[in-house]
Amino acid sequence: MTLLSLSKVEKRYPGVKALDGVDFQLREGEIHALLGENGAGKSTLVKVMTGALEGDGGSMTYLNQPLKLKSTAHAQTVGISTVYQEVNLLPNLTVAQNLYLGREPKKFGLIDWKRINCQSREVLKRFDLDIDVTRPLSTFSIAVQQLIAIARGVDMSARVLVLDEPTASLDADECEQLFSVMRELKAKGIGIVFITHFLDQVYAVCDRITVLRNGQLVGEFEAAKLSRSELVGHMLGKELQAQAHRSEAREEKALSEPLLELTGVEVKGSLHPTSLIVRRGEAVGLAGLLGSGRSEVCRAVFGVDKKTAGTLTFKDSEQNFRQPTEAIAEGLALCPEDRKTSGIVGPLSIRENIALALQARRGWWRPMSRAEQQQLADKFIAELQIATPDAEKPIEQLSGGNQQKVILARWLATNPQLLVLDEPTRGVDIGAHAEILKLIKKFCSEGMSLLVTSSELDELVAFSDRVAVMRDRRKVAEIEGEDITEGNIMQAIAEA
Amino acid sequence: MMHSLANSRFASLYVTTALFVLLFLVGAFQFEGFGSTRVVANLFSDNAFLVITAIGMTFVIISGGIDLSVGAVIALTGVVCGLLIGELQMHPLIVFPLVLIGGSLFGASMGALIHYYKLQPFIVTLAGMFLARGLATTLSEESIPIDHPFYDAVADFGVLLPGGAWLGSSTLILFAVLIAAIALAHFTRLGGFIYALGGSAQSAQLMGVPVARTTISIYAISGFLSALGGIVYSFYTFSGYSLAAVGMELDAIAAVVIGGTLLTGGSGYVVGTLIGVLIMGVIQTYISFDGTLNSWWTKIVIGLLLFAFIGMQRLLTRRQASAVAH
Repeated sequence: MTLLSLSKVEKRYPGVKALDGVDFQLREGEIHALLGENGAGKSTLVKVMTGALEGDGGSMTYLNQPLKLKSTAHAQTVGISTVYQEVNLLPNLTVAQNLYLGREPKKFGLIDWKRINCQSREVLKRFDLDIDVTRPLSTFSIAVQQLIAIARGVDMSARVLVLDEPTASLDADECEQLFSVMRELKAKGIGIVFITHFLDQVYAVCDRITVLRNGQLVGEFEAAKLSRSELVGHMLGKELQAQAHRSEAREEKALSEPLLELTGVEVKGSLHPTSLIVRRGEAVGLAGLLGSGRSEVCRAVFGVDKKTAGTLTFKDSEQNFRQPTEAIAEGLALCPEDRKTSGIVGPLSIRENIALALQARRGWWRPMSRAEQQQLADKFIAELQIATPDAEKPIEQLSGGNQQKVILARWLATNPQLLVLDEPTRGVDIGAHAEILKLIKKFCSEGMSLLVTSSELDELVAFSDRVAVMRDRRKVAEIEGEDITEGNIMQAIAEA
Repeated sequence: MMHSLANSRFASLYVTTALFVLLFLVGAFQFEGFGSTRVVANLFSDNAFLVITAIGMTFVIISGGIDLSVGAVIALTGVVCGLLIGELQMHPLIVFPLVLIGGSLFGASMGALIHYYKLQPFIVTLAGMFLARGLATTLSEESIPIDHPFYDAVADFGVLLPGGAWLGSSTLILFAVLIAAIALAHFTRLGGFIYALGGSAQSAQLMGVPVARTTISIYAISGFLSALGGIVYSFYTFSGYSLAAVGMELDAIAAVVIGGTLLTGGSGYVVGTLIGVLIMGVIQTYISFDGTLNSWWTKIVIGLLLFAFIGMQRLLTRRQASAVAH
C-alpha cells in the first residue's frame, strides 16, 4: 500500500526552480532512498514532505487521503517525523527532554519526569546507548546527539520516518545499529525515506531508489535491479557507454616541479588521510559525488579547516595554514562553492567586489585609491569579458556567470600562484560556462596552478591535466593524460 | 567533588546561593540585629514586587528575549489602581482582575508583534515601555493616594513567625508566584517550550514547538507578573504614581543575570532570580545598617557583581563545552 504520495510537486525560488513537477511514492514497509547531487532538490522535497516548506504546486496524499501540511508540528501529529541533516535538537535541554519535547507524558496535569526518564532509557537501549538521560544534550558527542535525534524520530514515527543524511557523523558500528533499527521499523510497516550520499549504505538497506537531478525526477528504481554505475550515471546525467574521448590531442606537458604537495593530510571528521600533488602550470580536477570530500580538500588546502595530521608543502616549504589570511599571504586563492553566501557581497559594486581580496591582503591601513580600483576593475572586465555597462553596477544585478567571473577577478587581482575553484560553473549558463573553462586553460598556460572541483564530468575532462577521484572522504583514484574520460571517472566514482 | 560541582547544571545557582549566604554572614558578624529572621523577612517583603516582576523577566530571558516594559507597566498599574480604587472607589477585588488581564494583554500584544513581524524584543518592549509610561503620565501626573479598607486589611494580614518575623501578604503572594513559576518552568509543556526557544528557535520549530503561541505566552506572563508586581507595589506605597519604578526593568534584568540565567537564553532557574533579588536586597540592607555609606554604593556593588557573573557564566559554559570532548 502507498503510504505517502506526492505528485507534480513544484517549488520556485526567485530565479530558480528547486522542484519541477516531481513525483514521489513511499510504500508501507519499505526503505526508499532519495538520491541526487547538490542542488538536485532532495532537501527541498523533504521539506515539502515534512511541512517545513509549502510547495508552489502539486498535491500530496497520505494514506490515500489528500493532505495539506501546515507545519512540521502538523506533520508530526499525523505521523510523519523527520531527522534533519544537522542535529536539530536543543543542546540546553536534557536528553530526555529532547526525546519527549511537546509530547511529555503527564500525571495529574503535570509532567511525569519519572516516566519520561524511564521511557527515554528504554528508547535509547535500542541504539545501545546507555547514557544519563538527565544530562544536557550538549555534553554528548555529535555522533551520540545524532543517534538521539534519530531515536526521537523513530519513537515518534507512527507511519513515515524521513532520515536526511543521518549517517554523516556516525561510525561504521553506529551505522550498522541504525540500519538494524531501520529494518526493524520496516518490518513493522513503517515507510522510511533515506537520504544519503554513501552509495554503500543505499545498497545495504534500501528497497527502492528515487533519483532527482536539477529539480526534476530522473526515475524510480528497484535497488536490486540497478547497478552502481547505472545509478551514478543517473545522478550525474551521463550514460556510461558514451565514452566521449577528448577531441583535441592532449599536448604532453613536461612534468614541472610540484607547487603544492599534500601528504597524508587529514581533517578529523571531514577528510581521511589524502595525498595529492599540484604541479606548476597544471590544472588538477577533483571529482566525486556530493559529500565525497571534494570541498573538504579545498578547505583544508586553504586553511578554512585546520588539518589534524599530515603535511602540506607549498613552494617547497612546509605550511600550517591556520586561517585563510595566511594562505592568501602565501599566494593561494579560493573561490568557494556557494557563491551567494560566501562569495559575492551583493549590494557592493563590481569594482568594490573585485578590489576586496587585494585590499584585504594589503591591509586596511593602506587603502587603494578609487583610481587604482577603477583601473583594476576595468582591466578584469575587459580581460574576463564581464558583461556589464560599467564597473559601478551592484554585483547582485549580474547573471550567475558574470558574478562568478567577478569573483574570479577578485582572486586573480591578488596574483595567486595556486587558484582553488570549488564548483566554479554551478548555476552558470552554458555560454559563461564555456568561457570560464577557457579561462581556466588560459591561466594554466600562463603558469598558474589550479585545483578545481566539479560535478560535471565533461568539464573535468575538458580542463584537467590530472583528475583525483574522491569517495567517502578519501582519494580513491588518480587519472592522468589520455585516460581522462567521462567513463573512467565515473567508473572510479562508482567502484565499490 | 569540586570538579563535579562546577560542571553541574546548577553550578551558577550554587555560586549565587553561596554569595548570598556569604554577604548575609558578613552583615550578621558586623552589625547587631542583622542576622535576625526579621531582617530576612523584610528582605522578602521589601523586594516582593521586584521578585515577582523579575520572575516574569526570567522566563523572557530564558526564551532568549528581553522585556524593557516591566517598570512602566508597574507604574501604569499603580496609576490605574489609584484612579479606579482611590478616586472612583471601586472595590479592589474588581479592579485587580482588570489590571491583571490588561497587563497580560499588553504583554501578549508585544509578543505577537515580536513573533509575527520578526521584530527585535528589545525594540518592541522599549516602545511598550514608552507607551505604558506615557499612558500613566497622561492619566495622572500626580501621585494618587489609594485609601480603601481592603488595602488596610491587606496590610494587616500576615503570619507571625517565631523570632518576630512577619510574613505579610506581599511575601505570601511572592511565594505563591514562585511555586507557580517553578511548576510552570519544569512541570508543564509550556515551560519546556520556553527553554527550547532559548536553546535554538529554529530547532525548536523543526521539533514541532508552537513558536507563536509560546512567544505570545512568554510576554503575556511577563505582562501579567509586572501588573501583579504593580499591585504588590501599591500595597506599601498606598498610592499610584506615574513616575514610580523608573529603571526597575534594569534591576529585574540584573537580578535575573545574578541569579544565573544566561542572557543568551536557554538556561536559568526561577529560584536563582529570587536569590539574585535577595543579594541586591542584602547589599542595600548592609548599606542602611552601616549608615555612613551613600546608597549609590548599592548600584556600584551590583555593577561589579554583574561583571563578575557574566564573566563566570562565560567560564562555566566554556568548561561545559570542553567537557564534551572527553
